[in-house]
Amino acid sequence: MATLTHQESVTAEYLEVTPGTRKNFMLIIVAGVVLLAIGIIMSMMGIGAAHHEGAAAAHGAAHGAAEHHGSAPWLKRLIVSLWHNNVFFTGVAAIGTVFVAIQYVAYAGWSVLIKRVAEALSAWLIPGLVIMIVVFGISYFTHDIFHWTLPGIMEKGNANYDEIIAGKSGFLNLPFYIARMVIFLGLWAFFTKRLRDLSLAEDLNGGTEYFHKSINVSALFLVIFAVSSPIAAWDWVMSIDTHWFSTMFGWYIFASWWVSGLAAITLCTILLKQAGYLQWVKEGHLHDLGKFMFGFSIFWTYVWFSQFMLIWYANLPEESVYFNQRLGGFDGQYTWMFFGNLLINFVFPFLVLMTRDAKRQMIMMKIVSIAILVGHWSDFYLAIMPGTMKAGNGFVIEIGVALIFLGAFLTLMTNRLAQASLVPVHHPFLDESVHHTT
Amino acid sequence: MTKRFALGIFDDEDVLLHAVENVREAGVKIYEVFTPFPIHGMDDALGIERSRLPIAAFFFGLTGLCFALWLQIYTLGFDWPMIIGGKPHIALPAFIPVSFELTVLFCCHGMVITFYTISKLYPRWKTPVLDVRSTDDKFVVAIEVNENTDMTKLTQLLRDNGASEVNQKEMSKF
Repeated sequence: MATLTHQESVTAEYLEVTPGTRKNFMLIIVAGVVLLAIGIIMSMMGIGAAHHEGAAAAHGAAHGAAEHHGSAPWLKRLIVSLWHNNVFFTGVAAIGTVFVAIQYVAYAGWSVLIKRVAEALSAWLIPGLVIMIVVFGISYFTHDIFHWTLPGIMEKGNANYDEIIAGKSGFLNLPFYIARMVIFLGLWAFFTKRLRDLSLAEDLNGGTEYFHKSINVSALFLVIFAVSSPIAAWDWVMSIDTHWFSTMFGWYIFASWWVSGLAAITLCTILLKQAGYLQWVKEGHLHDLGKFMFGFSIFWTYVWFSQFMLIWYANLPEESVYFNQRLGGFDGQYTWMFFGNLLINFVFPFLVLMTRDAKRQMIMMKIVSIAILVGHWSDFYLAIMPGTMKAGNGFVIEIGVALIFLGAFLTLMTNRLAQASLVPVHHPFLDESVHHTT
Repeated sequence: MTKRFALGIFDDEDVLLHAVENVREAGVKIYEVFTPFPIHGMDDALGIERSRLPIAAFFFGLTGLCFALWLQIYTLGFDWPMIIGGKPHIALPAFIPVSFELTVLFCCHGMVITFYTISKLYPRWKTPVLDVRSTDDKFVVAIEVNENTDMTKLTQLLRDNGASEVNQKEMSKF
C-alpha cells in the first residue's frame, strides 16, 4: 500500500563479503583454470575442434599467398578467447557507469537503491584496459586476432599486400589504434572514478551540491561514451573481419553490452537481496529492471535485424560474406549458434518477461538475466570467432577463460560493493526510491 | 436510466486518499473518483482490479499479424508474383517490417477504441459530468445512492474524512 508519508528511516547498510563467498569466487577461477588446461591438452592432441590446417585452407582461397598461419591452435584459441572475454566483460563494466549516468541525467529517482550495484560493476574497467593492451600487444606480433596486423599488408609490392586493407591504413594503424584504446578506456575509467568519488563524498557530507555536479559529469560522460563506444566496437570487434563493414555495427555492439549490463545489475541485485541485503528494494524496482531488460532485448533484436535484412536483401558479396560464414560457412559450424543467438536473446526474454507478474518475481528475473548474459557472451563469440578461428573454434578453452574472467570480475565487484554503504544514504532522491511503486 | 449520486468534494489529494480508504472500510461502495490528475495509490485504495486491456491488445495484435502475413503472402506469392532482387516470392525476412508495423497498428488502434468504448469516452451529444470542478482543482468522490440511503450518516462520514462539501446530483445516461 503506497502512502504519501513515510515512517521508516533508511540507514546505511554494509555488505560483508564472507570468506565462503571469496572461496566460491576462487572456485570459479580454479574451475576455469582446470577447464582451460583440459582444453589446451585436448587441442594439442587434436580433439574437440576442427583442425587448423583445414580452416586455413578454407580461408586461403580468398587470400592466396597472403594467408598466414599464426600460432599453434591452442595458443591462438587462448589469445582469441582472452580478447573475446575481455571485450565482453569490459563492455559490461562500462555499462555500470553508463547506467548511473543515465539515471542522473534523467533525474530518475527509482534507481537510487540499486545505484551502488551499477557503480560496483565498473570495477573491472582498469584491469580491462590493462588486459586489452597486453592481449592486443601479443596478438600484434602473432597476428592471431587482427588480419590487418600482418607485416607488409599495407605496403604495395609486398607479398602480403591487400589493397582494401591498405585503404584503411589511416584508421587501422598501430599508434592510432592503441591511442584510441587507451583514451576511450581511460576516459571511461576517469568518469567512473569521478562519479564514484562524488557519490562517496555525498555519503559523507550530504547536501544537493554533489547531485548537481554528478548530473554535469554524467551528461559529459554520456556524450563521450556515445561517440567512443561505436568506435570501440569497430576497433575491437568489427576490424577482425577487416574487409567487411556495417554502419549498424556500433549500435549493435552497444545494444549487446547494454542489455548484458542491465542483466548483470539485475542478477546482482537479486543475489544481494536473497542474501539478506537491500531490504528496501521491492517488487517495483525489479519490475522496472525487468522492463529495461525486456525492452532492450527487443532493441538488440531490432538492431540485429536492421543489419541483417539490409545485407540479406542487397546481397552484395563484400557485405553478405559475414552472414555466409555464420549461417552456413565452415560446413555449418556456426549455424546452430546463429539461430540459438536469436532464440536466447530475443524469443526467450520476450516471451518470459511479457507479463507483469514475471517481471516482479525474483526466480523468473534470475533465469532471464542469466540467459541474457550467456546469450550475449555467445553473441560476442559469434562476432569474433568466425573471423579469427575460422572452423577451428571450440568451447572448452573459451568457457575456461570465461570462468576465470567471471571469478576475477566478481571478486573486484564485491570488493567495491563492500567499500561503501549499499544505500546511498544522502542521495536527494533516496526517499522516492524507497517508496517506488509500479 | 437515472442514477442519483452523493458527491463528496475534496481539496487535497492526500486527504482524499485516506478518505477513500476510510469510506470503503466503513462499508460504503464508491462508484467512482474524479480527479484533475492521476493520483498514486488511488487504484489500490479503490480496490480496482488490474485492467484486462492487455488481453484485448494481444488479440488485436494477433489479428494485425495474420492480416499482414495474409496480405503479403497472397499478393506477392500468389496473386501477382514478382521477382524482386532474385529473392523467393514468399521472402519472409522481407515481410517482417510490414508484419511488425501492421501488428502495432492494429494493436494500438484496437486498444484505444476498446478503452474509449468501455470508459464511455466516445463522442456524445451531451457529456455527463458530475461536477465540472473535477477538471480544475477539486477532487470528487461519487457514491451511488437510492431512497433507502441514510443521507445524514453518509454526509457525516464524508465530512468527518475531510470533505469540504457534500452535494447530491441526478444523472441520466451515466
